[in-house]
Amino acid sequence: MGLEAKLMKEGFLTTTVDALAAWARKSSVWPMPMGISCCGIELMAVGDPKYDIARFGSEVMRFTPRQCDLMIVAGTVTYKMSHVVKKIYDQMPDPKWVIAMGVCTSTGGMYRSYSVVQGIDQFLPVDIYLAGCPPRPDNLLNALIQIQEKIGKTRVSDFQDIPNPELINN
Amino acid sequence: MKEKILEVLQNAFPGTEFEVYEFHGDLRLKFPAELVVPVADILKNDPELAFDLLEDVTGIDWATRKNRFSVVYHVFSIKNSFRLRFTVDVDDETLHVDTVTGIWLSANWYERETYDMYGIKFTNHPDLRRMYMPEEYEYHPLRKDYPLMGIPGDLSLPKK
Repeated sequence: MGLEAKLMKEGFLTTTVDALAAWARKSSVWPMPMGISCCGIELMAVGDPKYDIARFGSEVMRFTPRQCDLMIVAGTVTYKMSHVVKKIYDQMPDPKWVIAMGVCTSTGGMYRSYSVVQGIDQFLPVDIYLAGCPPRPDNLLNALIQIQEKIGKTRVSDFQDIPNPELINN
Repeated sequence: MKEKILEVLQNAFPGTEFEVYEFHGDLRLKFPAELVVPVADILKNDPELAFDLLEDVTGIDWATRKNRFSVVYHVFSIKNSFRLRFTVDVDDETLHVDTVTGIWLSANWYERETYDMYGIKFTNHPDLRRMYMPEEYEYHPLRKDYPLMGIPGDLSLPKK
């Protein structure tokens, strides 16, 4: 069964570095849990044994942005908080992806108000918008699978790691 | 309780008119804003009344009324298990009310919140800074003349 049964002799495979890197990246997406409000509870539920985000290789929730490549913004982002979210996003190394979890982060949701950012795409590049208030955990897993598909199609050359002079000077 | 409260207050402030309102069994008093500190002092320190818990301080913007702002205090007497609200009207010219932080320490943050949201200033407050909005913010969002969606560009967003 498995690799051992098939590999009677020394095997080899042909692939490209791009494909190999993309496969490695998409199979171990490490999320930055930006649980700001109630969506954060569903985000925690995704980590529990019932939904088990570990099946997709993403169980390593890193609480330092320097080891993450997926930011899950889970919760209402106010104007005051937006600077913090952006600061943490800027500290994540390239390549990085963003899930806007829930309607508040996607569009402002029911908070049509002076204090809430009407969609975090005003200051972050968002890859997946996730509907629901809050979204069910399986919905977040679906978003993760879509992110993995996207990462699988990404080429290494898309990310040249060019330093942003603005960030360095600040 | 109602009779006792009014009796104590009338004895302490003869000649002052205390307006009394009742709604669904909740008692509300209204009196001139200058008296807020002495009345609060008696409500808390009178051994019979003992309103020792200040639950909330907030404001109301009546928009078109003269003296458009009111400040509302919610106090609770643990001894009597009785809840009382009292309100004062804020003078339009000064927008000042004396602070009750000297009587209930918990008033500190409640009054900062009221200042942040309505722009009512509390004289002698130890630390009257904004509670929620950024410190350099110019407006007071819960005023009726403030638009629901805010004023475009008044709050900064990070650069994309």
